[in-house]
Amino acid sequence: MSAVATAHDPAATRGAPRTAVRWRPALEAVVLPVGAVLVALILFGAFCLTQGRNPLAVFAAIYQAAFGSGYSFQNTLVRAAPLMLTALCTALPARLGLVIIGNEGALVAGGVAATAAGLLVSTTSPLVVISCMLLAGMIGGGLWITLVGFLFYFRSVNETISSLLLNYIAIAVLNHLVNGPMRDPSSLNKPSSFPIPEDKMLPLLGSTNVHFGLIFGIIVCLLAWGLMEHTTFGFKVRMIGGNIRAARLAGLPVTRLGLITCFLAGAAAGIAGMVEVAAVQGRANESLAAGYGYAGILVAFVARHRGLPIILVATLLGGILASGGILQRQFQLPDATILVFQGLVFLVILLSESLYGKFKFFKETGA
Amino acid sequence: MLIPPPAERPLQPLPLELVKLTKRFGAFVANDQISLKVPPGTFHALLGENGAGKSTLVKCIMGYHQADEGDLVIDGHSREIRSPYDAYQFGIGMVYQHFTLVPAMTVAENLVLSRPNTPGIIRWKEEREHLREFMKTAPFQVDLDTPAGQLAAGQKQKVEILKQLYLNSRFLILDEPTSVLTPAEADEVLGLIRDKVKAGHLSVLLITHKFREVFAFCDEITVLRRGKFAGAGKVADLRADDMAAMMMGGQREARVVRKLPRERGPAALELKGLCANQDNGLPAVNQVNLTIHEGEVVGIAGVSGNGQRELVEVLAGQRPATGGTVQVHGQAYSATRAEAFQHKVFLLPEEPLRNACVPGMTVAENIAFRSFDRPPIGRAGCFVSRPAIRKFAQELITRFSVKTRSTETPIGDLSGGNVQRAVLARELGPGTAQVLITANPCFGLDFAAVESIHSQITEARNRGVAVLLVSEDLDELLALADRLLVISHGELVYETTPAQAEINTIGHHMAGH
Repeated sequence: MSAVATAHDPAATRGAPRTAVRWRPALEAVVLPVGAVLVALILFGAFCLTQGRNPLAVFAAIYQAAFGSGYSFQNTLVRAAPLMLTALCTALPARLGLVIIGNEGALVAGGVAATAAGLLVSTTSPLVVISCMLLAGMIGGGLWITLVGFLFYFRSVNETISSLLLNYIAIAVLNHLVNGPMRDPSSLNKPSSFPIPEDKMLPLLGSTNVHFGLIFGIIVCLLAWGLMEHTTFGFKVRMIGGNIRAARLAGLPVTRLGLITCFLAGAAAGIAGMVEVAAVQGRANESLAAGYGYAGILVAFVARHRGLPIILVATLLGGILASGGILQRQFQLPDATILVFQGLVFLVILLSESLYGKFKFFKETGA
Repeated sequence: MLIPPPAERPLQPLPLELVKLTKRFGAFVANDQISLKVPPGTFHALLGENGAGKSTLVKCIMGYHQADEGDLVIDGHSREIRSPYDAYQFGIGMVYQHFTLVPAMTVAENLVLSRPNTPGIIRWKEEREHLREFMKTAPFQVDLDTPAGQLAAGQKQKVEILKQLYLNSRFLILDEPTSVLTPAEADEVLGLIRDKVKAGHLSVLLITHKFREVFAFCDEITVLRRGKFAGAGKVADLRADDMAAMMMGGQREARVVRKLPRERGPAALELKGLCANQDNGLPAVNQVNLTIHEGEVVGIAGVSGNGQRELVEVLAGQRPATGGTVQVHGQAYSATRAEAFQHKVFLLPEEPLRNACVPGMTVAENIAFRSFDRPPIGRAGCFVSRPAIRKFAQELITRFSVKTRSTETPIGDLSGGNVQRAVLARELGPGTAQVLITANPCFGLDFAAVESIHSQITEARNRGVAVLLVSEDLDELLALADRLLVISHGELVYETTPAQAEINTIGHHMAGH
């Protein structure tokens, strides 16, 4: 490193010569989450043993169901798309220092708004329908999380609790709408909204089963990464998240930046809701609240709230979710088993967060 | 090992001696073969600059650290103190710089709960009886039923000392106990302890920076410099010059930039009727009117907690004003980024890591806080160029000799002095400042760093910068300020110039009488 900077450094002149090793801190961000997932695998294996199943066989089955064939990988990607988008709902405010877990609510709000917009313009061209749905989904989800921001900045309401509770409100509003104003009388067993015309839904990618939502997810994650790492907006957000007093000293409009970030976060989850309606369900109903929001929280934490790793982690978790059925069919394990796995991963990842900076090896200077 | 109840512990102070004590942290030697002797019934001062190793040394006595070499001799026997409980057993107690009382509990509760052997069920009737007996012998009286949070700083410090006496400590270590007190309160507290020492009930080891206290109360001194023994002697045989020479080691570089005589320029920063609240919503700053002109340093003196922190926070945009106006160059100023840039207002706050840096961001990014959204770092109105940040920072790091491994090291990993230098580089490096607001800029820094920061401030003043200097160090204010104001209970109560300043009068106004 810079000779000027180290020449006066007492640490450099005292003991053995030390050199800065810049890749070591970066390695820490990889080794710790991967190690945490390994620990979670071992714990889950132990759980399988208590159920009288061979853990290795279970792992092999999960791998087969997630990534084993072209068909299963497509299945995985279909689940990964909404995860990428909902993860950003936690990841973006996290850079600001807020812990927001209202992903499910924002997804539902975005899905409902997108459905309403799509139905309003359903007679126009597919491109117009999809554009309107996308815009409405972003606004619906965005405003939902902005509400959390308002409560936090103007009334000092804890953002984690308010966003969690808003999830239930969003689901209740959804149920009200599909049972009342938006209800399609022909949906008897499962109250739903009127359907979006099938020829105006999001198309599939080529001859695969994967829909266009995956492209949305990847693009939005890349945009979020660029925004946080390479723009003045991201720089400001990181200042606020790192030390709000320093941000105020630098004259940053903390409240405004906070509300904008909340809106962007909610908008990302709103797109996930729009994609679920426009590409999968074709209508709004209680299937919207399928748990992608909560799984997105997990993705955001494992990816340490960075846009690029979210794409990878969402794909992995999408695979795990896709393999839920195989455990039931092949091993007669209950459906919730995969949630046990997911929960274990989350818990161990949170634990590993407390280990950053504890290992000398990962410091910039070698031991 | 069982801890004997206080009554069985020594009734008289025990002679304590350190013999060639050495303490290392990694390769860094914090204490190098230090010897020190405190005979029973003496008042001993431990002197030294910040970072000389005083705190480490007393922490070795208290059992927070274990010495690597050397002996701790108590009453003629070499002893090992592995924890503060062991220290307690030998009747050694310490009063810290910061308060350790539970604010919501009464004085009586604080005292009883400080005992290591507080029983599971407290019989308050007996305890109160015991406390009343104890207070009869105490050097100062404090109302036992007042919650500690409602006590003034001086009262709190008295309770801290009472706590040690209540625990039957016979050897008291006081770590800058008067830094939160007015001079009158400091004299009262130390005077009463001095009486206890004279009566042979106590030995005291006092860490201090204030020569005045040394001459008024102490019998002997030991001086440390950069972790080494730098001298000792009887106070009666020494002059202040001798002590200063021991502390500074004759390394004082007389490179302080001289204040150039200059005409007072036009008004740069004007405060009119400014009011602000403290965190608990009570008023802290009350109707402050102040005008600072170009090319002058206005100093604000005061005992901490009299509203100066809140005043600076309002000017820094960290706290809303509840009344009054702030104007810079005749225009309303509310500390937004655009206004700060337009009027070139820069800040050097106290505790820079807490107030002016993001510990997790890199040194380079922290240095770019004022300039990341403008060319050459900010591109096309919204992008940040990382190479440009590094280049910009590298130049300032070299110029301000910030000791860091690389531009990409998190600033939280740097030492306090280097964090301060990095902030100084950011705020004064571009040399465009027109208004500089600074609070305790040298708090906790070593002598060389202090000198360098003082010269930077004076240089800025000579360039025509309007400087507001809020400080708890009167010497610093007298050396740098053109005008000196005293703040007390949130109001500016007295104005003088360093040339006419009289310490007693200033102290009188600081105490709010």
